[in-house]
Amino acid sequence: MNSYLLDAFKARFPEDTLETSSFRGDETVVIRKEALKAAALFLRDELGFDFLMDLTAVDYLPRQPRFELVCHFYSSKHNYRLRLKCPVTAEDPSAASLTPVWAGANWFEREVWDMFGIRFEGHPDLRRLLMYDGFEGHPLRKDYPLKKRQPRIAHRD
Amino acid sequence: MGLETLFGHSYLTTRLDEAVNWARKYSFFQYPFVTACCGMEFMSTWASTYDIARFGAEYPRFSPRQADVLFVVGTVNEKLAPVLKRVYDQMCEPKWVVSFGVCATSGGFYDNYATVQGIDKIIPVDIYIPGCPPRPEAVLDALVKLQEKVSRESVLDRKYR
Amino acid sequence: MTDRKRQEFAKNWELEKLENGRMVLNMGPSHPAMHGIVRIELTVEGERVTGSDVEIGYLHRGFEKTCENVTYNQCVPYTDRLNYISPLINNVGYALAVEKLLGIETTPRCQYIRVIMSELSRITDHLTCLGASAMELGAFTVYFYLINARETLFRLADSVAGGRITPAYTRVGGLTRDLPADFGQKAAEAFKVLGKNMADADKLLTRNRIFYDRMHGTGAVSKEEAIALSFTGPVLRASGVPLDVRKATPYLVYDRFDFDIPVGSNGDNYDRYLVRMEELRQSVRIIEQALAQLPGGPVNYPDLGVTLPPKEEVYGNIEALISHFKLTFEGVKPPKGEIYQAVEGGNGELGFYIVSDGTGRPWRVRVRPPSFTLTAGLSKLIQGAYIADIIPTFGQINMIGGELER
Repeated sequence: MNSYLLDAFKARFPEDTLETSSFRGDETVVIRKEALKAAALFLRDELGFDFLMDLTAVDYLPRQPRFELVCHFYSSKHNYRLRLKCPVTAEDPSAASLTPVWAGANWFEREVWDMFGIRFEGHPDLRRLLMYDGFEGHPLRKDYPLKKRQPRIAHRD
Repeated sequence: MGLETLFGHSYLTTRLDEAVNWARKYSFFQYPFVTACCGMEFMSTWASTYDIARFGAEYPRFSPRQADVLFVVGTVNEKLAPVLKRVYDQMCEPKWVVSFGVCATSGGFYDNYATVQGIDKIIPVDIYIPGCPPRPEAVLDALVKLQEKVSRESVLDRKYR
Repeated sequence: MTDRKRQEFAKNWELEKLENGRMVLNMGPSHPAMHGIVRIELTVEGERVTGSDVEIGYLHRGFEKTCENVTYNQCVPYTDRLNYISPLINNVGYALAVEKLLGIETTPRCQYIRVIMSELSRITDHLTCLGASAMELGAFTVYFYLINARETLFRLADSVAGGRITPAYTRVGGLTRDLPADFGQKAAEAFKVLGKNMADADKLLTRNRIFYDRMHGTGAVSKEEAIALSFTGPVLRASGVPLDVRKATPYLVYDRFDFDIPVGSNGDNYDRYLVRMEELRQSVRIIEQALAQLPGGPVNYPDLGVTLPPKEEVYGNIEALISHFKLTFEGVKPPKGEIYQAVEGGNGELGFYIVSDGTGRPWRVRVRPPSFTLTAGLSKLIQGAYIADIIPTFGQINMIGGELER
């Protein structure tokens, strides 16, 4: 059963909407990553979703496309939540940055870059956030071993 | 203290070690290197109910150069390890290290790419406090144990690193 | 060095590029006036902050990766250590998320107890935040008063869950144990201490000239900016947005209680302090109402596929024995799917995003930590302020390393 919101999305992005679904009351829209920024702007400016609550990624390793970028939006006006997802391939792990749309996306995107190695085009300052400079690899990828240790790097000022 | 009225203009004799250790063990200036959850219990130990001041160790020096005891309170990860080493190196002799909680002691239940499996991989440790986080009683017990350890030391023994 | 490598390295300041009178100042990672390990690289012009770069990650302990490798119930102790001054809210949030994934609703008594324990945690969270922040501004006595109140609440939580700070109280579908018989009486005693200590702190701080001058007008953020930066919780409410997950999308039984959402108007540190003070009172109100309404009955969801059967049954009944074995070794098995569950944490919206692949271990557990966005916005809040203003601002955003860096 799709709500008005999902239909509105389909009507606006007929080509780019890959899938809409609803599970346990959470509504999800899957779009092509090329339309991510346009969809975010549509959500913010026309549907009244003023909060970008969360931005993260999931690694579905054997599956193709491998990654999925997951954004959770919240509208304080309508008191409504929406999940926006877009698949990202392992060959081209990149997506458009939402930082110009929401300033709060800055660190979320840096964390995704740090943990999953997904680049954000147009991000003002894409650096590692949680791990240190010189850390090799991206720990939340499924092919990164849980207990892999790396040589310690001296503190830099 | 009233001692002067008892002894008048006389003097006391004691061993140098005894006198120095007595002074040292009842006036620890601690440096709390607080990183994580254990810090909450550290705050409790510090505050009025448990009152670490009763053991002469209430005064935190937030500069490692003025501190005697380094309390490593909480998890240390690979990013923080070099910082901890530097803090330790900045402390003047004599110095002691207390590893507060299982994370600092052994990494605790965080056994993964990010955490250091015990701060003794980086710096020498004198007292380990188990618990996740340890109760304030355990911390006070550790402090008493550290005092005992200090009173067994000799001024001549301590290697000046 | 490859391009990729170069980009990974932090941008390093160069002294030659600094103009006259500017200076780079490192605050942290282990700074005396700030609780928590964070490093702020400040560019200052005299006493004014002209630029700053907040560096975190000193307490990253691989929570999310670890959770992918343990069963659903084994994640619960890890959630304790996310926001370690309000552990029970994390427990409840996580349990609610897995239950949403399973599509079950716990028993009424369990829901009430979860509300009570969440609010207890919210009180300890705010007490610690206010106490530590007052201490850093020189009001040491207030710290002792508030920590004294917190101590009584820790003991109360200890008597319920068996742990002062890391209780791991919830399980998927229920709780580890019911409330002790004398909980109501103990809670009333604890609230007496809390009320007394809070009144003392209130008298010492609220109209204190020094405190007011340092808090008022510092770290201010407008409504629009706060929303753009994804702020939630007391900091957002101090800016005048009455958003509280407990009211907006009520979970558990929050819709059955009468409580207010305090809202500020200036969005500065003083408003944040006032909002937190008022929330303490509201939390006490909620607990008192919940205790009065507390229904009887079991606290665990009556399904052997979700919660562990009682020990007597495990020893006397083959079905219970099998379910005990399976639950312990394989864990709860939610259907394939993904959900996002938000609860109101001490600092704002605490969200759990869980992806299940149908096995006993989560495929992905993502936490939306409330202090993450607040700390991300710190640079914005301290821009143009004095160095001394960083201390109250940092104190009021209440950065908690455990949930910030997980």
